[in-house]
Amino acid sequence: MDMHVVWFVLLGVLLAGYGVLDGFDLGVGILHFCAKNDEERRIFMHSIGPVWDGNEVWLVTFGGALFAAFPNAYAAAFSGFYLPFMALLCALIFRGISIEFRSKHEHKLWRGFFDLAFCLSSIWICLLFGVAVGDTILGLPVESHGDFVGTLQDVFRPYALLVGAFAVSVCAMHGSIYLYLKTEGALQNRMHSVMWTTFGIFLVLYMVTTLLTVITIPNSIANFQRFPWAWGIAFLNILAIANIPRCIFTLKPGQAFLSSAATIMGLTALFGVALFPNLLRSTIKESWSLTIYNAASSETTLWIMFWIAIMGIPFVIAYTCIVYWVFRGKVKREDILY
Amino acid sequence: MNLDPLLLSRIQFALTIMFHYIFPPLTIGLGVLMVIIEGLWLKTNNPIYESMARFWTKIFAVNFAMGVATGIVMEFEFGTNWSHYSKFVGDVFGSALAAEGIFAFFLESGFLSVLVFGWGKVSKPVHFFATLMVCLGSIFSSIWITIANSWQQTPAGYKLVQSAEGFMRAEIVDFWAMVFNPSTIPRLLHVWIGAFVLGAFFAMSVSAFYILKNRHVEFAERSFKISLVYAAIVSMLAGATGHLQACEVADNQPEKLAAMEAHFETGTGGTGLYLFGIPDPKNRTVNAGVQVPYLLSLLVHFDPNKPVTGLDKFAERDWPPVAIPFTAFHLMVGLGGYFVAVTILALFLWWRKKLFTTRWLLWAFVFSTIPAIAANELGWVTAEVGRQPWIVYHLLRTSEGLSKSVAASHVLASIIMFSAIYAMLFVLWIYVLHQKILHGPEPASVPPVAGSSQGLMDAATELNDPSGDSMTSAKQRKSSSTSGEEPA
Repeated sequence: MDMHVVWFVLLGVLLAGYGVLDGFDLGVGILHFCAKNDEERRIFMHSIGPVWDGNEVWLVTFGGALFAAFPNAYAAAFSGFYLPFMALLCALIFRGISIEFRSKHEHKLWRGFFDLAFCLSSIWICLLFGVAVGDTILGLPVESHGDFVGTLQDVFRPYALLVGAFAVSVCAMHGSIYLYLKTEGALQNRMHSVMWTTFGIFLVLYMVTTLLTVITIPNSIANFQRFPWAWGIAFLNILAIANIPRCIFTLKPGQAFLSSAATIMGLTALFGVALFPNLLRSTIKESWSLTIYNAASSETTLWIMFWIAIMGIPFVIAYTCIVYWVFRGKVKREDILY
Repeated sequence: MNLDPLLLSRIQFALTIMFHYIFPPLTIGLGVLMVIIEGLWLKTNNPIYESMARFWTKIFAVNFAMGVATGIVMEFEFGTNWSHYSKFVGDVFGSALAAEGIFAFFLESGFLSVLVFGWGKVSKPVHFFATLMVCLGSIFSSIWITIANSWQQTPAGYKLVQSAEGFMRAEIVDFWAMVFNPSTIPRLLHVWIGAFVLGAFFAMSVSAFYILKNRHVEFAERSFKISLVYAAIVSMLAGATGHLQACEVADNQPEKLAAMEAHFETGTGGTGLYLFGIPDPKNRTVNAGVQVPYLLSLLVHFDPNKPVTGLDKFAERDWPPVAIPFTAFHLMVGLGGYFVAVTILALFLWWRKKLFTTRWLLWAFVFSTIPAIAANELGWVTAEVGRQPWIVYHLLRTSEGLSKSVAASHVLASIIMFSAIYAMLFVLWIYVLHQKILHGPEPASVPPVAGSSQGLMDAATELNDPSGDSMTSAKQRKSSSTSGEEPA
């Protein structure tokens, strides 16, 4: 078994898990402005209250696994994009504390500040992740010794910004379906139209991004010739997307949520196919790219980590299921702690 | 202005790690306390323990949130500011970090939500189980991160390999030798005990405050007694584990121990121990020092006449900055002595039935959280500054670990950002804790309504503003007015 490929896939699994799970709670944050009064805002926050922290652990574990499996890529990306990563940290901190601290005081300014911080930081986090994906697809000025200096113009290129906007729309759609599942009555009715709006925006951005990627970045589709089965993923992805409006229309939010989760997993898989075997493609010279081979830890480490992952994953799945089971169902007013 | 990215990155790391490290030991220490309290509740069914468990859970959740918010910074910073260090250690740390994420973080964050939000949704034993899991999760994560740090202090189980790009890195050859490197066990024991000390003193601080203010007295006296027993045991163990660790440092990092004791000349006879003083590395002396002769030799070698290795055995360019580890270490030991003295005194007064009337001592306990936090921080300052100028002991210098592609001005900008955010976070944290402490525990006599931490019915009947506000906010209003002190 080629451990380098295994860890590339496992990182993809962690990223997809993060996208599916934190995706909806980031989406709730993006849609926070749709809540009309304090009670609705509390319902929004409480809907993700027990789970958002566990969802963010997927990101932390992704970061740890990247550091461990491909330290050179981790080092190059994090030091090259110093300022964007600091901005991301700032947003992650603000988001966490706005969920935890909003309810602790009743003053209008206090709550208003944390509402704004919650909404803006959620948008900003999604945007930055999308931009990172876009930049990775475009390639970066990686130099011979595996470092690069990313200026802000390198980071915020138009295509990357488009992918960023796309990421915001994916999370917003995913979050709106989650909110529909967790709310009742008039608020739920309102979420129904929000689902349609976010799906519409998502669909437009999906088509624009896909077309632009296929037409302007030939590198991104080169692997489809090598791995014909990747067309299957693309096809399933489209099916999943098509199933979302059907389920919204027939009022099957559970299925709609599963379809949007499948959409996120499919998009992550396509991103992986486009990238393979590169982690950071050098735009200066192809051979300077950081790949899953030249940026990796030793075979020994990859194997040890593999066994740790095999032992740990059943537990992780069990905890996740327990938590989502305990907190299943609608948000009840008397449950609200936020 | 000529900014030094190395110095700035070190300042930033020190700032962010020291702020972060207020919270992990607090959650580890309080976690153990909550397991004890919920265990007592499960065993005795006494509702006062439920009230205690619910109160400490709320406090725990605030601290946990702070720990998570500031902890993610640390993981990023290895890559952003110390990318060459990351490349050097990535292969060795890989397995430890993977284990931390998979075994600890998921466990902690998953069961924390059951702990905080699960009252009334899960049964009592399940809640106890969740508490136990959160406590275990926080202890697991301390294990793996301490292993990684210990490897940096005393590397083992690795080989050095030259990569194709021309840099050296350490690669793992023996996983268990890496895990059980010479300093892991003594360090881990001392780290845990430090966390338990902080958790116990934090709980005593809040309880002593209630006793002094004559509020929630039954709750507070019980919390205080449980925490006092816990604190007395762990304060003494802090001395024992500290001694173990100092002996390990003497064996494996002799120049660090020499710096901690400002021991410049090895000499021939027994080595004395400075109780205090001001080290002067330039002239290799200690000013205004008070020294107990032979004591250091006795502590390190159990032989008063065998000299302890001094800094003169090492090239000056490999010396740690003596004044910082010396001062930090001596302050920490002094605080450790204070913890032992104050808990023994309190136990004695408890036995004489004077504990809760000795007001000055209770006031001392109210403020003793600060020295407990300080002792934890000072211990790490000793360990980390004492390792300098190495980032990985004898393998990689701190200056070599830095990111080459990061501009000093960017680091300065991020230091300013972190300082501003952390100052705000600190104020928020103190404010929210203050609110929760003023609010106090719910009285034990109120039977819990499903899914609510307070008497929901009372709150609902008081709801006189039907528009806009939720029941819970009305409830909060009610309880903040009944708790006697309006929030500012």
